[in-house]
Amino acid sequence: MNLAEGVQLVSFLVLAAMMIGAALGVVLLSNIVYSAFLLGLVFVCIAGMYILLNAGFVAAAQVLIYVGAVNVLILFGIMLVNKRQDFTPVKNAWLGKAATAAVCVGLFALLSTMILATPWAISGAMPIGDEAIVEIGKHFFSDYLLPFELASVLLLMALIGAIVLARRDFLPDELLDRLPEQSDALTLPERPRELISGSKK
Amino acid sequence: MSPGIDLQASFIELLEGFGLTPGVAKIVWMPLPMVVIVGAVTVLALVSTWLERKISAAAQQRIGPEYMGPFGMLVPVADVLKLLFKENMYPAKTDPLLFAVAPLLVFIPVFLSFLIVPFGQNLVITNLNIGIFLWVSLSSIAPIGLLMAGYSSNNKYSLLGGLRAAAQSISYEIPLALSILAVVMMSNSLSTIDIVNQQADYGILSWNVWRQPVGFVIFWIAALAECERLPFDLPEAEEELVAGYQTEYSAVKFMLFYAGSYANLVLSALLVAVLYLGGWEFPIPVSMIANWIGVSESTPWLQVITGTLGIVMTLFKAYLLLFLAILLRWTVPRVRIDQLLDLGWKFLLPVSLVNLLLTAGLKLAFPVAFGG
Repeated sequence: MNLAEGVQLVSFLVLAAMMIGAALGVVLLSNIVYSAFLLGLVFVCIAGMYILLNAGFVAAAQVLIYVGAVNVLILFGIMLVNKRQDFTPVKNAWLGKAATAAVCVGLFALLSTMILATPWAISGAMPIGDEAIVEIGKHFFSDYLLPFELASVLLLMALIGAIVLARRDFLPDELLDRLPEQSDALTLPERPRELISGSKK
Repeated sequence: MSPGIDLQASFIELLEGFGLTPGVAKIVWMPLPMVVIVGAVTVLALVSTWLERKISAAAQQRIGPEYMGPFGMLVPVADVLKLLFKENMYPAKTDPLLFAVAPLLVFIPVFLSFLIVPFGQNLVITNLNIGIFLWVSLSSIAPIGLLMAGYSSNNKYSLLGGLRAAAQSISYEIPLALSILAVVMMSNSLSTIDIVNQQADYGILSWNVWRQPVGFVIFWIAALAECERLPFDLPEAEEELVAGYQTEYSAVKFMLFYAGSYANLVLSALLVAVLYLGGWEFPIPVSMIANWIGVSESTPWLQVITGTLGIVMTLFKAYLLLFLAILLRWTVPRVRIDQLLDLGWKFLLPVSLVNLLLTAGLKLAFPVAFGG
C-alpha cells in the first residue's frame, strides 16, 4: 500500500464514521435545529465520498445544491417558525416507534440483500476524472435527455407552486365567516380577491 | 503560450538532487504553497482593513490612523493582538457548541476557495478542472455559519441578521452563477487558468470585460452582496441590528468573522480580476514586448520578470477593485431589505439570463470573438 492508497483508506473510514454518526444524530436528537445542522454535515460527508470516487464535479454540485440550498432553506424554515412548544407525550407511543423501527430494519435488510445479491459489473476502466464534466454534458443532451427535461419540468412546477403559495393573502379569521355554499375543495384558504378587470382605478 | 516558471518541478528537481525519491520530494513540496497562500491571504486581508480605514478617512476629509507605524500601517497588527488577548467569553444562555463552530464555518470556506485563485500560469495551488465552480459551491456554505451564529447567540438582533444573511446570499448566488456561466461558455472551461489564457491573446483588448460588460457589472454587484458590503450590508446593518449576527461575538471568534469577511472581499476582487480583467496578464502581452526587444521567451530572467509581473498585475487589479468597493461603501446609502430582494430577483436574475442567452447566440454567430 502506497501513500495515496493509505490516505484514501483513512479518509474513507473517517468520512464513513462521520456520516453515520451525523445521520444517527439527525434522527435521534430531540432538538430540531441540531438535526438540521447535522444534516448539513451528512451532505458534506457525502460530497467527500464523491471526491474519493474521483467525481469532483458531482461533489461540488452536492455541496452547492444540498448544503447551500436545501439545508439552508430547511434551517431558514425552522428558524422562521421556531415555535417553542412542549412535546406532550402520547400514550402507547412505543407502538408507533416499534412499527417504524420494524419498517426501517426491513428496508435496510432488503436493500442490503439486494446490494449483496446483485452481480455488479464493476468496470475496470480508469476513472474519467477531470474530463467528467464534458461527458456528463454529452449524456444530458443525448441518451439522458428525457430525464433531464423531466427534471426541469418538475422544477418549473415546484417554482410555480411556490409562487402561488407565497402570493396568497392568507387571513385565518376570514375562514370563520366564509359562506357555507362556497365549495373550497380545490381552493387555498385566502382573502377573496376581485379580478383585475373588475377593480376600479 | 510559454509554460513560464514551474516552481513545483524546479523544487522537486532540487530535492531529488539531494538524493530524495520523487514521492518524498512531492510530499515535502505539498504543504508549502498552502502555507504561503494562507499567510499571504491573511496579510492581504489585513492590508484591506488598513485601506478601509485610510480611504474612509479620506472620503470624510479626515486623516485616519497616523501614529502607529508609518501611515498607521501597524493598526491591523494592533487589532489582531488586541483580539487575541481578549477574554474568550460566552454570553448567557448561548448554545456554546454552535456558538463556537459558527465562525469557523464562515472562515474556512473562504480560505479554501483560494485553492483556485491563479497568480500565474503555474502559480496556483491546484489547477482544478471544476475551478470556478468550486468557489460557487464553497461560498454557499457560509450562510449556514451565519444562521448558526444568529441562532446560537440568544439575541433577537443576531437571529434577524442571520436570517437576512441567508436570504441575501441565496438570492444573489443565482445571478452570480449565471454571470460566471456566461464567461465559462466563452472559455469552454471551468478552470481559472483556462479562463485567463483565453483572454491572453491581444492584451487589454481581449479581456472579458469588453465582451461581457453586463456580466461584469452583475458579477460585481452580486459579489458585493455576497460579501455583505455596504450597499448590501443588511445582515449587519449597524443602525438597525446593532451588528447583526456578530453582535454577541468578541475576541478570537469575532476576529474569525472579521478576517473572513475581508478575505472574502479580497477573494471576490481577485476573481473579478481573473474572470473579467485578464488575471495575471499585462495590458500589453509580455510575449509581444519580448518580440519587440528581441529576447527569447524562454530566457530565465525574462521568465522571472514575467512571473513577478503576473503576481503584481493580479494584486494591482484586485486592489483597484477593492478601492472601488471601499469607496462605494463610504459614499452609497444602504438599500432596504425589500429593495435588495427586488433588485436580486426581479432585475439581476432576468438580466443575467438574457446576458447568458445573448452570449450563447453571439458564440454561435461569431465563434472567433466569443470562443468557438
